[in-house]
Amino acid sequence: MRTHTDSVGVVIPQTVRFDSSISLASGVCLPGFELVYETYGALNDDASNAVLVCHALSGNHHAAGFHAPTDGVAGWWDNMIGPGKPIDTNQFFVVSSNNLGGCHGSTGPSSINSSTGQPYGSSFPLVTVEDWVRTQTMLADHLGIKCFAAVIGGSLGGMQALAWSYLFPHRIRHALVIAAASKLTAQNIGFNDVARQAILSDPDFHGGDYYQFGVVPSRGLKLARMLGHITYLSDDVMGARFGRLLQNGGINFGFGIEFEVESYLRYQGEKFSSSFDANTYLLMTRALDYFDPARLHDDDLSLALSEVRAKTLVVSFTSDWRFSPARSKEIVKALLDNGAQVSYAEIKADYGHDAFLLEGTYYHALIRNYMQRLMCQD
Amino acid sequence: MERRDYETIATWIKPNGKVLDLGCGDGSLLYHLIGTKNVQGYGVEIDDAKILSCIERGVDVIQVDLEAGLSVFESDSFDYVILSQTLQAMRHTERIVAEMLRVGRQAIVTLPNFGYWLNRWQLLAGHMPKSREFPHHWYDTPNVHFCTLADFETFCDDKMIRIVEKRILRGGNPVKIFPNLLGNLALYRIERS
Repeated sequence: MRTHTDSVGVVIPQTVRFDSSISLASGVCLPGFELVYETYGALNDDASNAVLVCHALSGNHHAAGFHAPTDGVAGWWDNMIGPGKPIDTNQFFVVSSNNLGGCHGSTGPSSINSSTGQPYGSSFPLVTVEDWVRTQTMLADHLGIKCFAAVIGGSLGGMQALAWSYLFPHRIRHALVIAAASKLTAQNIGFNDVARQAILSDPDFHGGDYYQFGVVPSRGLKLARMLGHITYLSDDVMGARFGRLLQNGGINFGFGIEFEVESYLRYQGEKFSSSFDANTYLLMTRALDYFDPARLHDDDLSLALSEVRAKTLVVSFTSDWRFSPARSKEIVKALLDNGAQVSYAEIKADYGHDAFLLEGTYYHALIRNYMQRLMCQD
Repeated sequence: MERRDYETIATWIKPNGKVLDLGCGDGSLLYHLIGTKNVQGYGVEIDDAKILSCIERGVDVIQVDLEAGLSVFESDSFDYVILSQTLQAMRHTERIVAEMLRVGRQAIVTLPNFGYWLNRWQLLAGHMPKSREFPHHWYDTPNVHFCTLADFETFCDDKMIRIVEKRILRGGNPVKIFPNLLGNLALYRIERS
């Protein structure tokens, strides 16, 4: 039994169904959908203490606590969210949902399409970061939240926090945009495409309709994750952890697992491919590629962010080469150009992109101070 | 408001102005200016602990290295850019002053006077000066570019920088005669000429 006093404890996911259709950025109209979400803490009387946490590529609604007393693994951001933690659930009502198109309970490619009785598969529409934000406003309405005290996210989640601030400037008071970017670079899109090609070329993919064949393109998904994982870590941290360590102390002149790093990546790939849907991975990486708020404003990010009213905290990590500090500074500059209230912290961390998920003294103190101050200001 | 130059800086800042405070420390000057002059301000700081203090008091702060320039700030986007008792610790003195005058319409620079008589006296006595303004030993000082008031004014001359206003202080009080000898702290308000 988990009895940590700083844990939100056992949480029960909720599901909300929206029967009104939603028109997506792609032009496709989705006739109703479900979102699964969790909440931690209590909403105050004037609903002014609500915080939305947005997940990244491989995340889901289970951000904190446990699903069962015997659960060994807590939610993906449990070090950040809980009683007395930087996002303090004694003060805030934290909402965390699984994005539309996800594979952990919200309507997605692996869900049953009620009009056919079959999983959506290849017929599930591509969704964008902005689409997600729109569905999140529907969830906010459902929960009686007119305006979030803060929308917080890392990586793809940070893109959602940023999108909230320019799409719904009156519904967000603070945005915490962590290890994110206002658009992916060519190199970044390139990585995503290799990951997608691994899935798309898996013989078990069946054009996205693998469910009806009783198979999953797990080899492709595993490769995609292995590639992704390399890019989420820094060269230094991989060097420190694995170096050129050999599993059996010597080389075998073959192509089996010989280096420790190979074993680690394959394990990570296996683990991920058994718990994640390949179509969702494709969809999420595409949402990353497409995100570019400046595109509709002559590639002028300052113009794209001119409506932002939220105060923003932008955070980057020095060793993050997939969402580098330079990308975060582009967001900072665009906000500064508009005279918006923005703070920026560049955190010395050697872990790479994944540093945003890990505990760090400065990082957590920063989020803690920001959240405490936010409560005093509002 | 523990620093002696803050009060003078505050008198130079017009209400509702836009202020950038370079090397803003714990944000106390900006906090004061926001409270008394209703300025819109940002601090720039590199030190983690100081960033945390700024965030704690609700002062917006940007964590970048001043030595790398002010590329996140647009030209002419501030009324005042302040550099308080930091110039002497900068490696790229010329670049930061140029950047300040690119980003701001005016710059406010405060610096300890190396030409203060007590400093000269200590040098005459054979030692590097140690004082309230120069509290470090020669071997652990962060200061790399010491100057006297005369040196700074020559620098401004050479760089086509106009000194709009200056104030020389000793122990917080104005110094009128022999400022380069009797003042230990100088404040300059400068602009491009």
